[in-house]
Amino acid sequence: MEKKVERAAEGKNMSLPVSRVKLIMKSSPDVSCINQDALFLTTKATELFVQHLALTSYNNGSGKQKGTLAYRDLAKTAEETEMFQFLTDILPKKILARDYLKSLEKMEEGDN
Amino acid sequence: MAERPEDLNLPNAVITRIIKEALPDGVNVSKEARRAISQAASVFVLYATSCANSFAMKAKRKTLNAGDVMSAMEEMEFERFLPPLREALEAYKKGQKGKKEASEQKRKDKEKKNGTEENDKSREEEEDEEQMEDEQDGENEGEEEDVEN
Repeated sequence: MEKKVERAAEGKNMSLPVSRVKLIMKSSPDVSCINQDALFLTTKATELFVQHLALTSYNNGSGKQKGTLAYRDLAKTAEETEMFQFLTDILPKKILARDYLKSLEKMEEGDN
Repeated sequence: MAERPEDLNLPNAVITRIIKEALPDGVNVSKEARRAISQAASVFVLYATSCANSFAMKAKRKTLNAGDVMSAMEEMEFERFLPPLREALEAYKKGQKGKKEASEQKRKDKEKKNGTEENDKSREEEEDEEQMEDEQDGENEGEEEDVEN
């Protein structure tokens, strides 16, 4: 994994656009100024966050044998991993389960 | 300022690439999962910003600095990011510092290169000229048509 992360850092297109991150930061009402280093670090941290969230969810998820990462794996991570708990609002598990059952029903209907 | 809600999303292509790099080869990531991760990343930025901002406010500063972001990571229980972030920041600072020198050096190198590769360049230029002639022919034809009309 470490190798992969290194490779990720090397590729030019792997980086998130700093300008967009700045826009998101500035949308926070109390923030007035952000220095270049803080902006760079937040961008970098977001990249690490995406990697960490994806990998944690994949490793703890149900799709590991099949080699898949699905939404429910992310919702599970948000619920069970303390550092990802701030995501429970945007990764709701209950709604997902309902949606999932609905989509299953639809699929069955489609089959019949 | 963000004028449209989409402005607060991060580019999907980059997010997808970062996810793919983090996971073992060949893992299939559903579209829903990708969108969720992208949204989570935006929320992460906001969360980190508000944490960092509270550190800046405590110190009675108006500008967020690198230390505030680092403290925010600790507060958010993302201590594991601190070593790679420190490394990245150091490399970034070096890069910023060296940028000026590097660009000057590049210019010098280029001048030298231009000196030695003049023959190659003139050949390239000949090819360019041929292409340009073709294009010009095309344009002339167009003009003639205009005149006829």
